[in-house]
Amino acid sequence: MSLKRNILDLRKRKSEVLKGGGEKAIEKQVAMGKLTARERILYILDQGSFHEYDLFVEHAARDFDMENKKLHGDGVIIGTGTVHGSPVCIFAQDFTVAGGSLGLMHARKITKIMDHALKMRVPLIGINDSGGARIQEGVDSLAGYGEIFFRNTLASGVIPQISVILGPCAGGAVYSPALTDFVFVVNNISKMFITGPSVIKTVLGEEISMEELGGAKVHAEITGNAHFYAESELECFEQIKKLMTYIPWNNKQKADKIEPRLPKKKKKIENIVPGDPKMPYDIRDIIQAITDHSEFFEIMEMFAPNIVIGFGRLHGETIGFVANQPKVLAGVLDCDSSDKAARFIRYCNAFDIPIVTLEDLPGYLPGVDQEHAGVIRHGAKILYAYSEATVPKITVIIRKAYGGGYIAMNSRHLRADFVFAWPTAEIAVMGPEGAANIVFRKEIAEAEDPEAMRQIKIEEYKTKFANPYVAAARGYIDEVIEPEDTRKMLLHALQVSANKSVMGPSKKHGIPPF
Amino acid sequence: MTEKKYETIIVHSAKYYTEYTRKYRNRPIWEEPNMNHIYSFIPGTIIDVHVKVGEKLKEGDSLLILEAMKMHNNVQMPFDGQIVKVFVKPGQRIPKKHLMLEIKPL
Repeated sequence: MSLKRNILDLRKRKSEVLKGGGEKAIEKQVAMGKLTARERILYILDQGSFHEYDLFVEHAARDFDMENKKLHGDGVIIGTGTVHGSPVCIFAQDFTVAGGSLGLMHARKITKIMDHALKMRVPLIGINDSGGARIQEGVDSLAGYGEIFFRNTLASGVIPQISVILGPCAGGAVYSPALTDFVFVVNNISKMFITGPSVIKTVLGEEISMEELGGAKVHAEITGNAHFYAESELECFEQIKKLMTYIPWNNKQKADKIEPRLPKKKKKIENIVPGDPKMPYDIRDIIQAITDHSEFFEIMEMFAPNIVIGFGRLHGETIGFVANQPKVLAGVLDCDSSDKAARFIRYCNAFDIPIVTLEDLPGYLPGVDQEHAGVIRHGAKILYAYSEATVPKITVIIRKAYGGGYIAMNSRHLRADFVFAWPTAEIAVMGPEGAANIVFRKEIAEAEDPEAMRQIKIEEYKTKFANPYVAAARGYIDEVIEPEDTRKMLLHALQVSANKSVMGPSKKHGIPPF
Repeated sequence: MTEKKYETIIVHSAKYYTEYTRKYRNRPIWEEPNMNHIYSFIPGTIIDVHVKVGEKLKEGDSLLILEAMKMHNNVQMPFDGQIVKVFVKPGQRIPKKHLMLEIKPL
């Protein structure tokens, strides 16, 4: 009889905590167009798989009358569950409880589940919806953030870390998502910034709305802080689940291999690319003509779209694609596209995902803004990332491979395992126009009709150098291939590279140009 | 026809047809700084203007007081020179990067 009473008591206690911040706070949350923290977890995880811990944790604040306040779960929900049957650790800040503010015990719950994720080598998903530090808990809340950042760093490259921004995430709090692998944002709901609009207005007199300063679109398109953008929370959860199908649980495992499928036959691959190297096309059409079932899961679609990154599959295996996009800014490398590609290359390398590079670029973007923004150190990141990567690295040169861009895009010289070139490839220090102007400067200047001479010399240079055979003659590329054979060549190259083993010199760590 | 549909980018004398991004369109265009133009470095209110057109000044002489965030900022002459034009008057509220004075070296 008494056991029954204990069980009823437990149920009563649980149901009390499960109310979160109470009806009114939940109403407010819904009015903002947001789901509750618990709903979010249930949407992401497989049905019935969620197990919650630390439900009865209470906050530690003892000042400002806080000792008499009850904060259910201390404003954060933690637990484990599965996504597509694979285990994950998850936490979700509960904005209905004291604005999801972070105090000592709130942070301890998060770090507990982080420790768990790292120890068990399973992915960590963090849902951020918090007003920030709980001022009443003072330095304890700062300590809490620090403990989280440290664990983010420790777990980096060991387990996948996913951050979902579903509410405000401001001040120091933004640095946990920034340290994780993938950041998801939702239009009108996500807000991330270091300094909010009101402080910016007082100090600098610049007036800007929260949405324009740090809304979802800004981070997806301008800052590059977000990797995935969605119009609704439900769309965002689908993106998370889709991403999980491509990545492994941890750095000692391979991503799940699925049943290989042929690309859907849409267009002959060689008809996608215009013959004139100055005309654009969408490189994603090429990727989709190569990948299993023509599927390509693009990452950072809106940020620096002059380079395309994302996952696709070849013979069922996850592949990281890095591709210049002639459709946008002619596919040039610049500060943003270098950052974007470099980080993705390092992700693939950390999690043992082979990299396929599709190359078609005229070089680096010229401009004072680029030079002053540090295109040298940003551009260096892509060289560093490719050179350092030891996973299978395969390059296909579609058309232009000029100058520094040629070297940077996983060239033989940075230790590409295989470099293939289409017969349309042009591997040279620069395009024929620029080269002719320099090499034949004198002839052009002295000619009776300099413009006509310039055209003759451009043609001369084109015939001689704008092709893959000069590089092929040196062995810098392994094979000139017919476009239709691209998939076949990649499949074979990957098969040959399956047991790739290279060893660099022993070091504590390198010093990448961060 | 292609010129209408696409934007262009020039790399090493070759003109490529492509699309721009919003960020590229909004990129800052560099201008050579003009040392003879004195701009506000912060938005605020002009409290006092100490100089008149034609006045000759030494480097470090006070030009005007710009109040911002309750601080009185003493804007000084950057080099020995003469006042060419005064664009602000006391009591005026000005934004950041507002041209306040034109000067010339002597």
